[in-house]
Amino acid sequence: MGEKELLTMSGIRKNFPGVKALDDVQFDLRAGEIHALLGENGAGKSTLIKVLTGVEIKDSGTIIMNDQEINPHSPIDAQNAGISTVYQEVNLCPDLSVAENVFIGREPRKGKHIDWKTINTRTAELLKEFDLDINVEERLDNYSVAIQQMIAIARAVDVSAKVLILDEPTSSLSTAEVKKLFEIMNMLKDKGMGIVFVTHFLDQVYEVSDRITILRNGTYVGTYDADKLPMIELVGKMIGKLYDELEDIPKVSTGETASEELIRIENGETSEISAVNVSIEKGQVTGFSGLLGSGRSEIARLIFGADKKTGGKTYIRGREKDINNPLDAIKNDMAFCPEDRKKEGIVGDLSIRENIIIALQSKRGIFNKISKKEADEIAAKLIKDLSIKTPSADQKIKNLSGGNQQKVILARWLATRPDLLILDEPTRGIDIGAKAEIQKTIVDLAQQGMSCIFISSEIDEMDRCCNRMFVLKDKEIVGSLKGEEITQGAIMKMMAGGK
Amino acid sequence: MKKLTQKMEFKPFCVLIAIILICGIISGGDFFKITIVDGHLYGRLIDILRNGSRYAILAAGMTMALGTGGTDISVGSVMAISGAIACSIVDGRILAGLNGNVALAVLIAILTGAVCGAWNGFMVAKLKVQPMVATMILLTAGRGIAQLIADGKIVTITSDAYYKISGGYFLGLPIPMYIAIGVIVLFLLLTKCTAFGMQVESIGVNPESSRLAGIKVERNLWIIYILCGMTAALAGIIESAGIKGADCNNCGLMIEMDGILAVAIGGTALSGGRFSIISSVIGALIVQTITTTIYAFGVAPELTRVAKAVIVIIVCLLQSKPFMDKFKSLFPKNTAKEVQA
Amino acid sequence: MNKKKKSIKIENISMIIAFCLFVIMFIVGSIKYDHFGTVSTFLNLFNDNAYLIVVAVGITFVLLTGGIDISVSSVVAFTCVLSAYLLQRGWSAVIVIPIVLAIGLLNGFCVGYCVQVFKIQPFIITLASQFLLRGMCAVVSTVSIPIENGFYKAAALKKITFKIGRTNAKLYLYVFLALLVVLVAYYVLKYTRFGRTIYAIGSNEQSAEYMGLNVKWVKIGAYMICSFCAALGGIIFSFYTLAGYSLQNMGMELDAIASAVIGGTLLSGGVGNVFGSVIGVLIQGIIQTIVTYQNLNAWWTKVTVAALLCLFIVMQRLISIRADKQKGKG
Repeated sequence: MGEKELLTMSGIRKNFPGVKALDDVQFDLRAGEIHALLGENGAGKSTLIKVLTGVEIKDSGTIIMNDQEINPHSPIDAQNAGISTVYQEVNLCPDLSVAENVFIGREPRKGKHIDWKTINTRTAELLKEFDLDINVEERLDNYSVAIQQMIAIARAVDVSAKVLILDEPTSSLSTAEVKKLFEIMNMLKDKGMGIVFVTHFLDQVYEVSDRITILRNGTYVGTYDADKLPMIELVGKMIGKLYDELEDIPKVSTGETASEELIRIENGETSEISAVNVSIEKGQVTGFSGLLGSGRSEIARLIFGADKKTGGKTYIRGREKDINNPLDAIKNDMAFCPEDRKKEGIVGDLSIRENIIIALQSKRGIFNKISKKEADEIAAKLIKDLSIKTPSADQKIKNLSGGNQQKVILARWLATRPDLLILDEPTRGIDIGAKAEIQKTIVDLAQQGMSCIFISSEIDEMDRCCNRMFVLKDKEIVGSLKGEEITQGAIMKMMAGGK
Repeated sequence: MKKLTQKMEFKPFCVLIAIILICGIISGGDFFKITIVDGHLYGRLIDILRNGSRYAILAAGMTMALGTGGTDISVGSVMAISGAIACSIVDGRILAGLNGNVALAVLIAILTGAVCGAWNGFMVAKLKVQPMVATMILLTAGRGIAQLIADGKIVTITSDAYYKISGGYFLGLPIPMYIAIGVIVLFLLLTKCTAFGMQVESIGVNPESSRLAGIKVERNLWIIYILCGMTAALAGIIESAGIKGADCNNCGLMIEMDGILAVAIGGTALSGGRFSIISSVIGALIVQTITTTIYAFGVAPELTRVAKAVIVIIVCLLQSKPFMDKFKSLFPKNTAKEVQA
Repeated sequence: MNKKKKSIKIENISMIIAFCLFVIMFIVGSIKYDHFGTVSTFLNLFNDNAYLIVVAVGITFVLLTGGIDISVSSVVAFTCVLSAYLLQRGWSAVIVIPIVLAIGLLNGFCVGYCVQVFKIQPFIITLASQFLLRGMCAVVSTVSIPIENGFYKAAALKKITFKIGRTNAKLYLYVFLALLVVLVAYYVLKYTRFGRTIYAIGSNEQSAEYMGLNVKWVKIGAYMICSFCAALGGIIFSFYTLAGYSLQNMGMELDAIASAVIGGTLLSGGVGNVFGSVIGVLIQGIIQTIVTYQNLNAWWTKVTVAALLCLFIVMQRLISIRADKQKGKG
């Protein structure tokens, strides 16, 4: 186990239209180590991995592998250079057999045709190394995600055994399965392989990693030895420091007196999360904090009826209501800015005006059309109130910057005059100025009596904006905080350690 | 002025005028000749209006289906079914109790179209089968069903009232034109005076965002396919009235291509999103003008189909971004000019 | 661990159901009608549907990638009309056959290129090519052209006769060509990298790309094979009818797609095999035979096939919706 660098990336930059995904990022990997790559959503982990594996092509920077500069332009290039990847969502073909998935694209042949026997026996041997004794001729789909993950790793290792990238491999595994995975990772490490481990489960990081590299907002924070970095410090580094520009936002008054209940969920259940019991109070900003995958978005979707409800009851102002789909929720004065702005928020080809009135229109029903004049007024007012930067309301929303798109979505919901506004990561991937404006708006709205649910992976925003807080971990609410109790330290402690 | 040119209807409208002018010049003015016989107007342009009505009605429904990012290729077969039903009722072959009442026959035929549309809607909205495959089933089976209704014969009828639907005149202009205008006005009312149009566009662009903004995606798809079926049924009635009978083999044969062509020429993206009923109607008139002209010039009618297919392919390529990128990279000078402009 | 057991090999479930359906229909037919339950009837299914077998095999390739090609019926018709026309002009069969096959390949290439590179939806572009070729048929000739060429006549009439009991059963030579196509297709899909890549693309295109497979050319290749098979089917069809007519085989694309789907090919791609498609063709053949024996309107065949296709699509949807639901937990 030498200190020699197997792989060095330096000065990596990558821009997407309107977003600096990576800005002067560096990363290095030694042979025989497990190196964790951490950061919140949008920090640039995935982009860095994609650059390394040739899925995206870097704008600038160098990648040196075994003292040779490489410049992968496709997954095959990366494979040939000795870099294999196992992606977050298993990237194998579910309809093919296990053995074929391991060998497709590089099948052994007998004469001209594919030698299935050799494929099957070699796969069985290979999987035995991973302690997997399964029928390799069975369809991949018939095995659990955990086994599929192992098979993907087996393929990756067999294709090229120098650098193995594991992108969120544990997100759908049970504790026992994770343990098994770690054994294998350690085995590969002992063989001298360099492993990049991307995850958001911090406990797991400490269990296997030798070193940790942290990214935040597309920039490099630092590389640390795992045993010298306490978890609370790690969380702090991932989440970042306060932004100066945000400091003048006043903390919302704790409002202990106004604790009138607006919405209560009892035993809420969808296919993603179960046993949700929360109550949201009027005129308060309630935060759901937790790391990615902790269930914070799932609760929001449950309340809004965005995911199909499988059980539980919703009470609004004490009365039971049936919220089975988004329209029900909208009619009951709820509003929801989803996490994935591009896929679930904006309607790209429609104008800003239409994007603003679309939810209000649904609320009123299709026969009660909002007149052109009224639509213009609503759009003009909200564009002004939220200072959306656009030449005109006729502009297609997809032509706006991320921050302005987000403001349009916010405007869409404000137009419906909701009692409850649910914001899932409203500030992700947008510039600091827009972030501050959105936070200010949330606080203002709460002071005017609207209830908000605020979800963000940036803990300082949560600290500043919320006056009630639920902390989640592993799809469970592990604690709640109120008013003055809400400090970054308290939240981090709960997020990291549970109770 | 700028506003006018930016309208979606502007380009197809200019194309229509240009085509009509070109035809007029080539034909040496014959094209524009309109004569009055018995107080009815006759002439090429009137023919185009009369025969174009069917396409216009179809295109109205098809526009909505394409606007959601789907399609309905079963329209031709639905036309055959509705024609067969209407003619059979007028003829007294089925539902003899109605005594061949034309109004009821038409009503029942349109309702049948709605049922066909509902079937498509069920497959697309509920079972989430690709619209293409879902409607292809009715495309093939529908013609068979029409044959079974007509018992494999060409049902001929003598009802004058029924014939008037296609051949009649009102205030000197052919009746199908009024029907088409009626349908178009209804569709415009539906899409412009309610929020339905915007919701359809929204579904076509991003179904998931639309759902989260409270739009009933499934219900809207049902409605659209039902409307599509009804417009096809109406077109089928007009066609069968025109030939005084139901010819299940040929009624509306391959008309789906004309429908898609009209919509594509009108400028609606075949992948869904922004649509304009008026543009599609203009597109339909363009298709009809081309067809009429080709017939008039004595060019083999077979070529029309080839020409239409070529036009669709060209429109598809123009709508394809990778193609345009490639095309532009072949002519770097042109791009520079465009940027300047 | 044992989730999704229910979706084990949808192709097999579907194929078994299809096979049982075939056997049941054959038995029912044999009981109900005289002269039905013979080897001759069975072999005639092949004689009458050899062209459809070839076309269905071709379209299976495209369906396996998750695409669709509805231009096949026009390719068949165009092949027949053009070869009839050229043969009538005195061209030799040795020249005509390669020409029409090449046209098939070219059509497939253009369609595949538009789908893969220009990202045009497969159904729109194949609809357009369907119309283009159908129009070209009519341009070549609007009336039916008889084929009098010696080679074609020989190919049409050469057969092997079996004596079974007192009845004579016969199998035309061109059936063997169709069966050869089936075997070659089976080999290609099972034993070549090209074939396996087709499955991989249909199963998960992005994965296939990440695994370093040549997605672009394999997909274009699938369309080329489909169109080539359609042209070959057209040649067999012209043996069968000894004529070329511009309006023949209308709606045959549905028959071909139905054969594949009934035989277990998923419209979403990745699952299916050519033997299933052959069973699908035979089922349609037997429906047609029963309709004939029953003296029904020939359109009943189309309606029944469409209904059957619906049934199988619904079945597939229900299976995959259930699978999705179970996956949702993960």
